[in-house]
Amino acid sequence: MHPDRFESWGRFPRVCKQEVRSLRWRGDPLPAAEGTLLPFGLGRSYGDSCLNEGGTLLSTTGLDRLISFDHTTGVIRLEAGVTLADVLRFAVPRGWFLPVTPGTKFVTVGGAIANDVHGKNHHADGTFGRHVRAFELLRSDGSRLLCTREENAALYRATIGGLGLTGVITWAEIQLRPIHNPLIEAENVRFRNLDEFYEINAASERDYRYTVAWVDVLARGKNLGRGIYTRGNHAAPVTGDLPKLRWTSKITVPLDAPSGSINPLTVRLFNFAYYRRQLRRVRAGLMPYEPFFYPLDAVAKWNRVYGRRGFFQYQCVVPKETEAMRAILETIAASEEASPLVVLKTFGSLPSPGMLSFPREGVTLALDFPNRGERTFRLFERLDELVREAGGALYPAKDARMPPEMFRLSFPNWEEFARHVDPRFSSSFWRRVTTGI
Amino acid sequence: MRRVLILGATSAIAEETARIFASKGDRICLVGRRADRLEAIATDLKVRGAPQVETLVADLNEMERHEALLDEATEKLGGLDTALIAHGTLGDQARSQTDWAYAEREIRTNFLSAASLLGALANRFEAQRRGAIAVISSVAGDRGRQSNYVYGAAKAGLTAFTSGVRNRLAPLGITVVTVKPGFVDTPMTAHVPKGPLFAKPDVVARGIHRAIVRGRNVVYLPWFWWGIMTIVKLVPEAIFKRLRL
Repeated sequence: MHPDRFESWGRFPRVCKQEVRSLRWRGDPLPAAEGTLLPFGLGRSYGDSCLNEGGTLLSTTGLDRLISFDHTTGVIRLEAGVTLADVLRFAVPRGWFLPVTPGTKFVTVGGAIANDVHGKNHHADGTFGRHVRAFELLRSDGSRLLCTREENAALYRATIGGLGLTGVITWAEIQLRPIHNPLIEAENVRFRNLDEFYEINAASERDYRYTVAWVDVLARGKNLGRGIYTRGNHAAPVTGDLPKLRWTSKITVPLDAPSGSINPLTVRLFNFAYYRRQLRRVRAGLMPYEPFFYPLDAVAKWNRVYGRRGFFQYQCVVPKETEAMRAILETIAASEEASPLVVLKTFGSLPSPGMLSFPREGVTLALDFPNRGERTFRLFERLDELVREAGGALYPAKDARMPPEMFRLSFPNWEEFARHVDPRFSSSFWRRVTTGI
Repeated sequence: MRRVLILGATSAIAEETARIFASKGDRICLVGRRADRLEAIATDLKVRGAPQVETLVADLNEMERHEALLDEATEKLGGLDTALIAHGTLGDQARSQTDWAYAEREIRTNFLSAASLLGALANRFEAQRRGAIAVISSVAGDRGRQSNYVYGAAKAGLTAFTSGVRNRLAPLGITVVTVKPGFVDTPMTAHVPKGPLFAKPDVVARGIHRAIVRGRNVVYLPWFWWGIMTIVKLVPEAIFKRLRL
């Protein structure tokens, strides 16, 4: 298969020398290929954790079959290339939902495991990996290992959050969540600053399964950290017909926008409008699950708005008690580099089985930055410093540039993890963060 | 509820089409060469809602087995009213030019074997006076080009054969659809660089299912290939022969 289409979501770095082999049958052995191997799903990792310069990508989207589904328990077994969108299309009409979902449904089940993704319910349900009952791992020596919490437990823990480095997941078994209907009882609450965010958050986490906030990162001073808090639950049973709530809009960004389209002026205009989009402080109602969980999925290829040079996402987690988040927001506001796409959320204390799992108790901030070269990199170094001082961590799935030292501080278990990496598997990310050891 | 026979069931287009039949609650019989692959597909179709999925392992180039194969499928499903002929290979044109045995095998797979099955199905549906058959041909059969005329010639033959069967069965109200996909992003085209004209197999599958249900005759999938091929067919031969196509 032609390698051109195999870029990461941030479109940085660009990789030219990379072979691609397609996997289509879970019973087949790994294909013959040159160099190192790395599974590739839908390429929604932002940086280079889904790239393998000089090696081979194993495209997994052909592994898209369902294997079994238990209507009474909600346990589904499926091939690793099935997308979360496919799971929802299958499960929602049958009264079941994903146990955990990231902000896009265009990721594969294998990718969700390999990045141990989290969602708006982390405080209530933990990461995706907690709901993975079992999977089969195909290693380069040809062995097929059934991994569960009990069986091959170390490989189970290494593969959850293991960035595809431990082998190919051929199939997985997931515990779904029962729902009454496809609706979410949602509420938006405006908050004026970071302290108000923490107040609303503390009051919301007990009663709402899903919580998340958008922050106006250009606001400073007494407005620092202002934004809109979104919280919701799966709706209670609706008597009679479901309300007609259509969510079918689907547009595509047809071309690369000129670099510089996302600039302080356009961001200021957007943020001003977005913060004031609701007149009342609180707005509540029933909505379909798609716009609640996946507002950006309505715009295909939205990464093109950042132009040919691509963009970065910076996602960190820091402890709640510290002043680190305030300092991070101040640094970002002063830089005027960020785009309007910002997510602020607290992680709960439920542990993940994954050795290299990113979510941990604290508060996490994720935001996009257009690639403006050296300037952008210097800002990230200042942010790294704040994260490091607070004992925080960066998210590999979003990263294209963290220094090896930052990776090792973020993941103290990395040496234990490294022992489980398949000798033939590697990625651009893995080589980058393990150089100089 | 249909009783559907899918020949060449492990192809990406066939598998996607089978999923649509499964979601409608149809009974399905899959035919292909590899038992483990057929089993993976059959399991998937059952989870998606097919009340019955049978598998038959066969090499469709063994034409003497065709009648027995159709008997077996009909017996397993308790009847047969819908068939999709989907097997095929996109061979290496350069090798076909120097290795006739290879070229002959290409023609055998893409034309003779498909025609034999279509003929046998036509006789059965004619006798029971109902049914629908979709045959996957190709836009490559619309005009011979230097880059793949062995494959193109086989598909041209299949297109003509299918047209004849449609003509013959039309008075009985039996649907015979000629499906002409353009470029489809499947393992068959894995080695080809993908441009904007490439369609996903599920898009082509939806077109096939719609054509069967609506009783269409000839469908280009996606539809814009009708326009492209109309132009390709209109180019005068004096000019066409000089083009590098």
